[in-house]
Amino acid sequence: MDFELSNRQKQIRLAAREFAEGELAGIGKECDIKEDFPKELVKKAAQLGLLGCFIKKENGGLGLGFLEHAIILEEFWRVDPGLGQVLCSVTFGAEELQLFGSEEQKKKFLPPLVKGDWIMGFSITEPEAGSDTSSATTSAQKVGDEYVINGNKVMITNGTVANFLLVYCLTHPEVTSKSKRHSIILVETDRPGYKADRIHGKMGIRASDTANIYFNNVRVPKENLVGTEGNGFLQLMKFFDHSRAWVAANGVGLAQGAMEQAINYVKQRKQFGQTIASFQITQFKIAEMATLIETARSLAHKACWNLDRGTIDPQLSAMAKWWSCNVAVRIVDEALQLHGGYGYLDDYPIERFYRAAKILEIYEGTKEVDKMMLGRRFLTIG
Amino acid sequence: MNIAVCVKRIPKTAEADIFIEKDGKDIKKDHLVFALNDWDGYAVREAVLLKEKYGGEVTVFTVGPEESKEVLTRCLAMGADKAVKIEELPSSDGHLIAKILTQALKDQSFDLILTGVQAEDDGWGEVGVALAQMLGFTHAAIVTRIEIDGNRALIRRELEGGIEEALELKLPAVLTIQTGINEPKYVSLAAILEAEDKEVREVGIGEIGLTSKEPLNATVDQLSFPPAGKMAEILKGSPEEVVTQLTEIVKKKRG
Repeated sequence: MDFELSNRQKQIRLAAREFAEGELAGIGKECDIKEDFPKELVKKAAQLGLLGCFIKKENGGLGLGFLEHAIILEEFWRVDPGLGQVLCSVTFGAEELQLFGSEEQKKKFLPPLVKGDWIMGFSITEPEAGSDTSSATTSAQKVGDEYVINGNKVMITNGTVANFLLVYCLTHPEVTSKSKRHSIILVETDRPGYKADRIHGKMGIRASDTANIYFNNVRVPKENLVGTEGNGFLQLMKFFDHSRAWVAANGVGLAQGAMEQAINYVKQRKQFGQTIASFQITQFKIAEMATLIETARSLAHKACWNLDRGTIDPQLSAMAKWWSCNVAVRIVDEALQLHGGYGYLDDYPIERFYRAAKILEIYEGTKEVDKMMLGRRFLTIG
Repeated sequence: MNIAVCVKRIPKTAEADIFIEKDGKDIKKDHLVFALNDWDGYAVREAVLLKEKYGGEVTVFTVGPEESKEVLTRCLAMGADKAVKIEELPSSDGHLIAKILTQALKDQSFDLILTGVQAEDDGWGEVGVALAQMLGFTHAAIVTRIEIDGNRALIRRELEGGIEEALELKLPAVLTIQTGINEPKYVSLAAILEAEDKEVREVGIGEIGLTSKEPLNATVDQLSFPPAGKMAEILKGSPEEVVTQLTEIVKKKRG
């Protein structure tokens, strides 16, 4: 059992770190204030192979794994969570295409993502269907050789910047089994009837594009079906088994960045004639932070490593996701506390990290859903 | 063009906390992050740019421990073609490093050998120039620009006060490279993967005709922190008086 990163992984981490420190650090604050989605940054990252490195070679990617993807994302989120979100979202859903897409779909839609020419999204949530995904009602009716899609989705990442989305649609309303009524259909965003409105006023990760989407008789060819009809729910669950593993790395990165900021601050801040780093309570806080990050990183890496060796362990992915994201929220809270009043001002980046962290416990499956699934598995309740 | 670049793996000390070992002869390094020496990074990039412009091959050399291979991998990912790790001795000085490199490089018909001006840790600034002397090559130090014209190198070196010296050297030559000579480029993942197929050789001290008992010319006697002293001079008096004092000081410093 070798817990050490390989030489290759260390080089990748160094390359990602340098890119993050060189290109993200300088623009993070402004992009957050202005809700600015920096397309040039996406292109720069893509040219270095930093986006979607898990995409297979035959689909235009580098054919690396989710562990390498996680290592890269941790480095991005360590420097700026909002821009980290922008960069990790470019290929969000590519896993679904690789798992269930046809050869034509993979060859057409994956290479441009890797090159940074296209951006994708995965459109799942609706006003009345968040955690309750099987209640989604955006409909896709088969009409001749096409699907006609009607409905609306909310809070969809990249809704206004994506070139195409995977859309979770109700195709078999008559089927009684709740897990056999949906299908996943690829929709190019330049199809007539597609409308996306950018959502403003997010608490954090404000550089990331989030939108409400309206499908008004949007027609796509039947070849745009991803996987099989009626299998959408199960395909979606398989997707989450993959994405949760690397989303955990977002939390690890945010926590790491927050802890480093706290360490730098307490070493120079003096009160009562000494640095606050010299107080035992501070030392305990840092020790706890460091240990929690170690657990979060180890779990995230194990979940990714597991995927990369070809097995899917939904429990491991769910554990990594809820744990690492919860660690991020707790650590950034304490890290801001250690900054005292200065942590409340945007002179320091910690407040931006604090505002960003909360979303990690909500998106990609709330921690409650993760725990429900785990509880049922461990208690072998159906 | 057959180019060699000599690089060093160093602890990053600029923004780290430094502690001195009990025997006073070195700093504590356990908690430090190690990386490619900054000057050497510019040298590797310059070699790769010269290779792209004039054709040829870049080989990177380092004298160091097993961990130095990470630095070599990095250089290969930056575009070097081959790498050689030479066994390090228990203790060495700049002169000995130069001697070791000379033995490894001397029979290999390099047109150009680049080193960094100095290392970030000890800052001795010796190896490049000593290497030139031992190899019998011409040399220039603190180089900020290189052009090749046949068997000549047209270079610029940095002098004081923003002045540069233009020189023409006959190849083969050793040049020590100053930071800022080129624009560093981010390393891509594709380059990292390509680097894995490139040759990394390990050479023992015996293979190059030296022993582990080579004599040192210089040893570190003691390392200590500079004494805490006056860092600031507080100017006292009315605003007019302070301005007068300040103007005198600035005039004097400008010379």
